[in-house]
Amino acid sequence: MIETAKLTIRAGDFCLADVNVRIPAGVYCVLMGKTGSGKTTLLEAICGLKQIVAGKILIDDRDVTHLKPADRGIGFVPQEGSLFETMSVRRHLEFALMVRKWTRKQRTERVEELASMLEIAHLLDRRPHGLSGGERQRVALGRALSFRPKILCLDEPLSALDDETHEHLVGLLKRIQHDTGVTALHVTHNRHEAEALADLQLRVVDGVVKVHGEPATGSKKAESGPQIARFKQ
Amino acid sequence: MSAIPVTNEKAPDHRLVKSTDRVFYAGMVILGGSYIVFIIAMLVADAYFISHSDQDIASVLFSEDIQYSIRFSLLSCCITTVLAIWVSVPIAYLMSRHKFFGQSLIDAILDIPIVLPPLVIGLSLLILFRHTPIKILDDAFPIALHKPAVVIAQFSVACAFAVRTLRSTFDEIPLRREQVALTLGCSRSQAFWNVVMPEARRGLLTAATLAWARSLGEFGPILIFAGTTPQRTEVLPVSVHLQNAAGNLDAAVAVSLMMVVIALTVLILFRVVVGGNLTPKLSR
Repeated sequence: MIETAKLTIRAGDFCLADVNVRIPAGVYCVLMGKTGSGKTTLLEAICGLKQIVAGKILIDDRDVTHLKPADRGIGFVPQEGSLFETMSVRRHLEFALMVRKWTRKQRTERVEELASMLEIAHLLDRRPHGLSGGERQRVALGRALSFRPKILCLDEPLSALDDETHEHLVGLLKRIQHDTGVTALHVTHNRHEAEALADLQLRVVDGVVKVHGEPATGSKKAESGPQIARFKQ
Repeated sequence: MSAIPVTNEKAPDHRLVKSTDRVFYAGMVILGGSYIVFIIAMLVADAYFISHSDQDIASVLFSEDIQYSIRFSLLSCCITTVLAIWVSVPIAYLMSRHKFFGQSLIDAILDIPIVLPPLVIGLSLLILFRHTPIKILDDAFPIALHKPAVVIAQFSVACAFAVRTLRSTFDEIPLRREQVALTLGCSRSQAFWNVVMPEARRGLLTAATLAWARSLGEFGPILIFAGTTPQRTEVLPVSVHLQNAAGNLDAAVAVSLMMVVIALTVLILFRVVVGGNLTPKLSR
């Protein structure tokens, strides 16, 4: 579960104030809004990449407000992947595991599992240069999921893809979220993407985040509870 | 079915476009190539001058003084390069990744060694090492007018060039990649060594090459701060100066040409061994 309580974030001249959001565990939440509305800023704050001025961030009832990104256990998929250009796809998938000192056997098993799940087994020895947009995003997704995080944050991950790849990855994201039970927070400005993916839609309208739809009936792990967020600019 | 509107716009004349492209590239090649021809012409003139010399050039080049000068030049340049990279990496990284009060001032200070005349840098170093507290260090471990002075003189200029190059390198590496590494469990240090530094490899190579080349050609600060004592603080530019001052122009030109050969050999080897090849990749 992701919860923010009276959260205030400052990014240069831009400020989000008094943000209260509650995203139940196991839910695929899509946060929508216009460019510059603060969607990415909120996502970055949850990941620990933006300094918090006031308020709290809770992950599964644990206060992570002042924890470093490394200690929050959140998988992050940025826009266009942000892959490490000098590493092979295999190294991407095992990078977080090496940091966590998993054994070689454990890493190999996990890489094979991820490669199979994301259909990138044939790319394992390649480097990011030359990969297509869809392939890059699948690698970025595998990298974020490698250490089995409970939370997955995605910042417009499908924005630069052609229609066919986009549709394929939407299906893949939904299936992976269902299989892993990860709580997903997905930022996008694409309405069709949101409708296809979301158990819960939050939408920024005139500086206020409103719940757009109720959790889908198919979401078994969804908990009940209010999802309220206010953005001030 | 509606008719396609007719416009008065004409299609581009392909022959004209083609000839304009030719003129464009011809202009670029002539302007750029003239500088390369100019450099080669200087070297050819030197080589011609030496080939018509009556002096025994080989005996000069294989003299003990020049042999010492070659060895000391190579050693001091390598030490300076390591020091310059060691110091410039943290400066360039911090300047690239953080915004802080007084950053513009620090940026300007870092340009001082580039802007100042070399002799002024030498004078400033000499004065610095003659005043307490640095003088105490100099008294205990003689630096000014001794071998370490050569490295310090080279370092003071080469490091500034390395900082400039590395700053651009770090600016080009997206911050997002480092942030992703942090979310994957890395500390700042792990993200730096595992993600940033491998991606900065080409920039590091360029900075090291620039620092090395700059050190090899350094003369002004060495002349003032390290002196020109043969077999002690004599590096190749000093050898050229000493031979020229002694009226031995043939030997001075021969040593100069040897510097060119050494520099080209080392720089090409450096690119091949460390950089992988001589053909630069197109930027992504």
